[in-house]
Amino acid sequence: MNKTLKELGLGLRQKEFSSVELTQEYVRRAQTLNATINAFITFDEEQSLGQARAADELLAKGSGHAVTGIPIAHKDIWCAKGWRTTCGSKMLGEFVAPYNAHVIQRFNEQGSVIQGKTNMDEFAMGSSNETSWFGNVKNPWDLERVPGGSSGGSAAAVAAGMTPASTGTDTGGSIRQPAALTGITGLKPTYGLVSRYGMIAFASSLDQGGPMARTAEDCAILLETMVGFDDKDSTSLSRDRVAYSDLSDSSVDGLTIGLPKEYFSDDTDADVAKSIDDAIKCYQSLGAKIVDVSLPTSPLSISAYYVIAPAEASSNLSRYDGVRYGHRAKTYTDLNDMYAKTRAEGFGDEVKRRILTGAYVLSHGYYDAYYLKAQKIRRLISTDFQTAFSSCDLIMSPTTPSTAFKIGEKVSDPVQMYLSDTFTIAANLAGLPAMSLPCGFDQKGLPIGLQIIGNYFDEARMLSVAHAYQRETDWHEKRPQSHESNKHGMGNCYWA
Amino acid sequence: MALTKNDVYKVATLARIEISDEQAEETLGQLNKVFALIEEMQTVDTTDIEPMAHAQDISTRLRDDVVTEKDEHEALQSNAPSVERALFLVPKVIE
Repeated sequence: MNKTLKELGLGLRQKEFSSVELTQEYVRRAQTLNATINAFITFDEEQSLGQARAADELLAKGSGHAVTGIPIAHKDIWCAKGWRTTCGSKMLGEFVAPYNAHVIQRFNEQGSVIQGKTNMDEFAMGSSNETSWFGNVKNPWDLERVPGGSSGGSAAAVAAGMTPASTGTDTGGSIRQPAALTGITGLKPTYGLVSRYGMIAFASSLDQGGPMARTAEDCAILLETMVGFDDKDSTSLSRDRVAYSDLSDSSVDGLTIGLPKEYFSDDTDADVAKSIDDAIKCYQSLGAKIVDVSLPTSPLSISAYYVIAPAEASSNLSRYDGVRYGHRAKTYTDLNDMYAKTRAEGFGDEVKRRILTGAYVLSHGYYDAYYLKAQKIRRLISTDFQTAFSSCDLIMSPTTPSTAFKIGEKVSDPVQMYLSDTFTIAANLAGLPAMSLPCGFDQKGLPIGLQIIGNYFDEARMLSVAHAYQRETDWHEKRPQSHESNKHGMGNCYWA
Repeated sequence: MALTKNDVYKVATLARIEISDEQAEETLGQLNKVFALIEEMQTVDTTDIEPMAHAQDISTRLRDDVVTEKDEHEALQSNAPSVERALFLVPKVIE
């Protein structure tokens, strides 16, 4: 159970085990550990095994691809036909998707198995998984700490060995921040590369789906499956296919890495700063050149984001009216009362806060001062990156200023919570690809993530540069220990 | 600039979310913290900067105005709280 997706794929194609066996093993293990971690919202073993049987037939014919027969955990934001799809909200608590998201469709076409739907912050709004209506997810490295968010269930499931790999979505850091806090690898692609069709909308100009796995190699395999033009997403980009998983040429010799001075301040934990410094030195020893760059507007990225994302959310979430699908209040006096009660009951506090913020910044008289101003800041942030990329190939920084925080520590102060995405948000505003990979541990034994930001469509280079690091180091191979696992009869004291 | 409790009620009405007096009070405190963060934007001069609405400079794709999807109203209405004869039911709006 300690194998990577790549190794499992080889095992399946060489008939060492079947997809049915693999799926049963992972579902059973995930169900057992879920009592502790709460990484999954929904299992449907019957549907999973149906896909596994079909995959075994493909494999028997010798027509398996890299993900054929592999159980993959999908964030509960993707519509999967016949699967309950909740987006972590009471509003969609009983919603069964009548169609497949483009990403789910692509995995199905490759013969991959949906292992289950993972827990997340409600409507992907949160950085700790504490806003989920289905209860918070626990970090497998320390059960008193958060796994990050919003793709916290997907991250914890991979970290605890409950699934070989998962999918997430990233609007302001929701793949990279939980990847960093749980010691896994995750990538947010260039905006427009992965279709948003069937991905429940939060902030449409920022949302982007991506892979989460143990290694950069596994993320490359998943990304290859996920990307592709889709005419059902009006912002989907038509590009030539890229063989991301071909990492044979992953030399970093001659690569120029830019370090933005704004991301290396005293506000970052000393342990985090030290690990990032070591990772940069590792790249230097492999032949990379290090240069200083500046992203002068980036300190304002959180301010601009908390105008743009709530504005788009307040519009997107107006669809939850209790008429066509989702929760409807039981008692009400008239139509307007039905809307107001339905939405008061169906949404949690953080979602309401963002809808109200968005409605306010878009309301008459405030549009120019907030929304237009934020869009102008967004332009400056984007221009900063292009200036930086004129003197470097990739940008590196910490993914987060600190490691996983305690459950409950930041729930009462939304602004403190927002600040945990301080290094990740700018890439979303600019639409750039960015990833996080494990690069060490702090003194408490909690994982630290290195962020790599690339220019548009530079995913192949980012993955190969991440792979080069993972050949030199073994941070990505470390697995959390658990005393709980003995209680659940999992044998030795490791999750995996 | 700080919001008032009246602003909270007004915006909650616009957003169609029922809010109690106690919730309005708590929300007010939290929104004011959020807006203090947002106000930091005003420290930068953005005169003559072109607003950026989207991550990619693309224009909307157009397609022919033809039916491309098959009729799936039964599947699509299976999640509806109240349906009759393929119609979504809502409380009476016209007397």
